[in-house]
Amino acid sequence: MVTTVKDGWELVVGLEVHVELNTVTKMWCGCSTDFGAPPNTNVCPVCTGQPGALPVVNREAVTSAVRLGLALNCDIVEVCRFHRKNYFYPDLAKNYQISQYDIPLCQDGWIDVDVEGETRRVRLERLHMEEDTGKSTHLGLTGRLHGADKSLIDYNRCGVPLLEIVSRPDIHDPETAQAYLRELQAIVQALGVSDARMEEGSIRCDANVSVRRIGESLGTRTETKNLNSVRSLGRAIAFEAERQIATIEDGETIVMETRHWDEGRGVTETLRRKETVTDYRYFPDPDLVEIHSPADWVEEQRGTLPELPAVSRHRLIEAGVDPAQALTVVGTGVLAIYDDATTGGADAQTVANWLTGDVSGQLSTAGVTWEESGLTGAHVAELVSLVAEGTLSNKLAKQVLEAMIDARGTATPAQIVEERGLKQVSDEGELRGIVERVVADNAATVDAIRGGNDKAIGALVGQVMQATRGQADPRKTNELLREVIAAG
Amino acid sequence: MSELVTKSAADLVALMESGEVSSREVVDAHLARIEEVDGHARPDGDLTESDVHAFLALTAEQARRHADDVDQRRATGHPLGPLAGVPLALKDVITMRGAPTTVGSRMLQGWEPPYDATVTTRLRAADIVVLGKTNMDEFAMGSSTENSAYGNTRNPWDLGRVPGGSSGGSAAAVAGLMAPLAIGTDTGGSIRQPAAVCGVVGAKPTYGAVSRYGLVAFASSLDQAGPFARTVEDAALLQAAIHGHDPLDSTSITQELPDLFADLRAGVDGLRIGVVTELQGDGYELGVEAAFRDSLARYEAMGAVISEVSLPHAPFGLPAYYLIAPSECSSNLARFDGVRYGNRVDAPTAEEMNAATRAAGFGPEVKRRIMIGTHALSSGYYDAYYLQASKVRRLIADDFVAAFDQVDVVVSPTSPTVAFPFGSKTADPIAMYLNDVATVPASLAGVPAISVPNGRDDAGLPVGLQIMAPLLRDDLMYRVAWALEQDLGLSPIPTGGNAVAVPQGV
Repeated sequence: MVTTVKDGWELVVGLEVHVELNTVTKMWCGCSTDFGAPPNTNVCPVCTGQPGALPVVNREAVTSAVRLGLALNCDIVEVCRFHRKNYFYPDLAKNYQISQYDIPLCQDGWIDVDVEGETRRVRLERLHMEEDTGKSTHLGLTGRLHGADKSLIDYNRCGVPLLEIVSRPDIHDPETAQAYLRELQAIVQALGVSDARMEEGSIRCDANVSVRRIGESLGTRTETKNLNSVRSLGRAIAFEAERQIATIEDGETIVMETRHWDEGRGVTETLRRKETVTDYRYFPDPDLVEIHSPADWVEEQRGTLPELPAVSRHRLIEAGVDPAQALTVVGTGVLAIYDDATTGGADAQTVANWLTGDVSGQLSTAGVTWEESGLTGAHVAELVSLVAEGTLSNKLAKQVLEAMIDARGTATPAQIVEERGLKQVSDEGELRGIVERVVADNAATVDAIRGGNDKAIGALVGQVMQATRGQADPRKTNELLREVIAAG
Repeated sequence: MSELVTKSAADLVALMESGEVSSREVVDAHLARIEEVDGHARPDGDLTESDVHAFLALTAEQARRHADDVDQRRATGHPLGPLAGVPLALKDVITMRGAPTTVGSRMLQGWEPPYDATVTTRLRAADIVVLGKTNMDEFAMGSSTENSAYGNTRNPWDLGRVPGGSSGGSAAAVAGLMAPLAIGTDTGGSIRQPAAVCGVVGAKPTYGAVSRYGLVAFASSLDQAGPFARTVEDAALLQAAIHGHDPLDSTSITQELPDLFADLRAGVDGLRIGVVTELQGDGYELGVEAAFRDSLARYEAMGAVISEVSLPHAPFGLPAYYLIAPSECSSNLARFDGVRYGNRVDAPTAEEMNAATRAAGFGPEVKRRIMIGTHALSSGYYDAYYLQASKVRRLIADDFVAAFDQVDVVVSPTSPTVAFPFGSKTADPIAMYLNDVATVPASLAGVPAISVPNGRDDAGLPVGLQIMAPLLRDDLMYRVAWALEQDLGLSPIPTGGNAVAVPQGV
């Protein structure tokens, strides 16, 4: 069940998502977009707004934006332009942000999201291009600009290409908002146009929330910022809905304002009132020329889009993967590994089990990313096949996986099995001898089993495993134990 | 060697190529002239009434080194550009490493740019030797150079009068024989009007022909750098050295620019010259009108066909310009906030620091235009002001297209008046803005326009003719200007009772 608001009320949410593109260079200059470089090292006259410096559009960023627009079912506007959004802020080098205003690059799209087995369509108003600002660090008690003793500004991020995706107010519960954000993140990842990491700020989400009594016109909205995870988004919307309903029911009115989500306390608070609406004095940027996206070029881009997450999930489910696991495989960036692993014929569900279970678990325990691990689809396929043909038990396979992660992809599962002698004992002659000895040594347990205590067989399996250093085929061991006990 | 300062750039090149003089001698002669008449070396505020004060900073040492280097390369037979070794004065709105760029403002007092403008790079590539940076109205806003934060520049023809503006320092440097060439910038007439009132040639190329990268922006959609010289040929040589596509400026033209010399001397026989109905008559001084009529008669005598053409929306050019330019400036000048460069006036909060810095750093005309522009872009006023002005701009551009269907070039007086005395218009901004009435239409339309000396008024003060050509037909503008220059044969050396001293024997 999705979270519902109080009877008789409707929640109305629209989201503004900012996606930082992972182009090699910035939006208007040749500086690197590298995240984490020492402060003010990826800067030049253009991105620090030196007098006389001029912007030049990064064509790669336009291409990324168009590809994302196409993936979001938008219309691509053939001729669009940039505007200046004027406001003073120390980390905004020119004291205006180059953005798009009346004619965005992309408009009128949608995202279909699955919420509890039901498909919901969230329409998009627009996708436009703009530039990121620098990053301020405020030293002093408050940690904010107001009241800071001293503020430091890092302009490395200044001018990094940014896309803003604005949804229509089609969202009526926190879960749909969360599903929308997750789906958007997955699409961005599938296209490879952004790192799409919320924790690093390469995807940022603001929520416009209002409530109304059913049938009435739209209520006054608030804008909530500082939503650093999908979870915070859901919590903040739920909090804001309740707060607004309570406020109105108390006879007060909702004030149009920007609110700050406090993750620790789980509340939203007033950040700034919009009593005096900021006048950004938008006007066409005279330093830039129109952007042309000819229809044939747009079609060329459409033709080279990768498979989108919804299609991938459908394909996995068709191949027999559990829907929840399909969501994880597609949503965590391991689809390419899955595809490589299953191309050779490995069972889809088994591969998905490994990827979403032990592999991701062990990587997370080891604190190693997929890229660092060196693991490939071929590695996973080989591991699955070693288990399927009985060479490895599941337990042994987990040990092999651990060794593979340790080796950072330099050793195949077969090599590890060979080197460590981890091969499962399933040779009947060898195993029968061990089983007979265990049965002979444990007369009391054997009696109990014969007396009907079937569970006691587990203890004997354990002993066989101990004797084979875990390498006995468990299924075979079980069979042989029953046979020997029955025969005895 | 003092007569060297009266030579044209083309003549100086010939002398250097023949080995009669070195670039070092040419540069030294001009530096000596600057020392003699500019008063630059004297500390600020200590200028006398005979100092021209065209320069805000000299780069004498770099200039001498550069000249020596050119001489050495010439001696060893290295190929050199057509203006190699010629000295030049650079308007202080264009960035150049190794010297401050103040833009005539307290805001950027002492600011040394971390990069070279494309114009600067091209000058260096052409081995043109930069002598220093010239005075200007603060942020290029003004028509008399009286808005400079660093004192007035005097008109070499009458030291009691303004040199025009905003490129007054560059015009005065060329007129005062301190440099044969100078770079100015023109937003609404800032090259053409000072050229006219200082009796020199000044051209605003087609918008986009010369890169704006490194030109500290006043109004981006209008700003265009261009040449000052004492001859049309020199001006064309200088434009050819700096124009051309620049990938660092998105508004830079990618089409091939015309060869400015192929037909420079072809004359005007058979050319159709249009007289702009709306840019003559009331408001133009008698001396200006008389010179204008004389020029038309000369063109007719040279075989040109003179006719009247209308730019029906030209009368709305001035109000449109004084909305569009301030609107862009209100945004362009927002970056001067005391955070990254230039002056800072400290205050308890960032917002207060911004405000205090801007209050102290900008002069009254800059503040006035920021206020006008901020208002014109405000929500609720945008449609009535900025948008309306943009529509007028389009109509004026269309007027030019229609006019160029009928004639090859159009002409008007460059400025309604000759150089005026200091202080005579500073109290009335509108009177000052009216100086631009004939020059803003070409700026709004982006078409190339040149001012060429076309006579003197009764008091002996220079008057200029403006020639406007179709987009990318800068060649035609120079050709028509050259014909008049040859026919008139005026001496560019200042004369008159209150003129700057000229070298003996000239």
